[in-house]
Amino acid sequence: MRHLLSTRDLSRADALAILDTAEQMAAVSQREVKKLPALRGRTVVNLFFEDSTRTRISFEAAAKRLSADVINFSAKGSSVSKGESLKDTAQTLEAIGADAVVIRHGSSGAPARLAGSGWINAAVLNAGDGTHEHPTQALLDAFTMRRHWAKLHGTASTGTDLTGMHVVIVGDVLHSRVARSDLWLLRTLGATVTLVAPPTLLPFGVESWPCEVSYDLDAALETGPDAVMMLRVQGERMQSAFFPSVREYSRRWGFDDVRLDRLDTLGLKDTILLHPGPMNRGLEISSRAADSPRATILEQVSNGVSVRMAALYLLLSGENTPAGTATLENSQ
Amino acid sequence: MDLSNPPGAPAPARTVLASADIDRALTRIAHEILETNKGAADLVLMGIPRRGYPLARRLADKIAAADPSVDPAAIVGQLDVTMFRDDLARQPTRTPHATEVPLSGIDDKVVVLVDDVLYSGRTIRAALDALVDLGRPRVVRLAVLVDRGHRELPIRADHVGKNLPTAIVEKVRVHLRETDLPAVDEVVIEGTL
Repeated sequence: MRHLLSTRDLSRADALAILDTAEQMAAVSQREVKKLPALRGRTVVNLFFEDSTRTRISFEAAAKRLSADVINFSAKGSSVSKGESLKDTAQTLEAIGADAVVIRHGSSGAPARLAGSGWINAAVLNAGDGTHEHPTQALLDAFTMRRHWAKLHGTASTGTDLTGMHVVIVGDVLHSRVARSDLWLLRTLGATVTLVAPPTLLPFGVESWPCEVSYDLDAALETGPDAVMMLRVQGERMQSAFFPSVREYSRRWGFDDVRLDRLDTLGLKDTILLHPGPMNRGLEISSRAADSPRATILEQVSNGVSVRMAALYLLLSGENTPAGTATLENSQ
Repeated sequence: MDLSNPPGAPAPARTVLASADIDRALTRIAHEILETNKGAADLVLMGIPRRGYPLARRLADKIAAADPSVDPAAIVGQLDVTMFRDDLARQPTRTPHATEVPLSGIDDKVVVLVDDVLYSGRTIRAALDALVDLGRPRVVRLAVLVDRGHRELPIRADHVGKNLPTAIVEKVRVHLRETDLPAVDEVVIEGTL
């Protein structure tokens, strides 16, 4: 594993290596000294062509906890607004000596272009590209679900996958890179996935994806999911009307107070509620639901740092060997 | 250390410590630890994964057998040093193990680091760095099952199960029933002529 571009081409062994390493990183975050020297002297560049709060600060915190130097770059206020191309930006970063580039870009495939072009030798981590993928978000979602799933079964989370777990992903699947990354990774880890969305917010060809598709959230909740993931309605990517009104959307596909109470009446006391953030409170999720004990939203944020530490560590240490073949041999 | 065998010839292996030898060595180390420390007060045993941890647990059981006031589970921890190694960029990627500190913490304790083989000393250097991030022990000591020499750093062990003079091309392999298959205790030298 040289780059982390998508979860679709992530093997089960690689995914588990990242999640297991993240488990140890999470322990470090509980300590008084939240720092490891593993990436001392390495440079990580956060290359953000799109706005982001939690992903950028999460990557920054992760890199800093591993003692790497961090350079933050956002397209606003940079030479990109003067028309600099991705190639020239990449070569500039190469000249600066970046060991890893964390890239978020509005165009699907930009990280893959950066990784495969030969412009740059650094490891490339996709932090969200267009409507394609957001692998670290999927990994932190899977990490959060795995901890819940393992706790429920009274096992240690290290080394286990999500076999038997049923996850419902609700909302703007059409524009969501999170939904795509989540789907591939959850399938790889053995979970079953149901996508719930209005027909207008489902992508073309969704019937060929390895999941159930439904238009009816209430029916999906009655099947007793173990986790419900609410997606953000991505207003900034919607150039036309995908649903008649905000009110109608939140009635039919929002996780409101009524549905929160229905989980109790359905006897689903262990169902958790995830949201990748940032939330539109009152639209896809009600405030009471977001602040309820079922919600793992803040847990997801802190797990995000652990998962990104694991990804950076596995990509930047070692002699470019795949993480899946990581040796557990203890040298003398 | 990972040195490949000479081409063609399978490495002859020689058992230098059998199960009973290992047990006797650990019993002696346990008593040495108690003697040096003048009792079990403030003792914490930190095993270095993978094989140092089971050794630390065995030592704790032996210490508890000698001093019934000791709860063996309460004085054993595990110290992962992966992220503190100086060869991260030279070796294949290693997946870190868990670090577990006993509830009492390590501040002002007598911490005994436990590992299977002492060789270059680099693992112990990493362990000393890792300890600093966990707290400030009063004293740090080192117990190893086998000291095979060839130190690259000014580090020595306080308690040694067996001093084993080796050639640098030889491999010392420790097998423990907790970590290895087949589940036997033995120390083997490979690559001798």
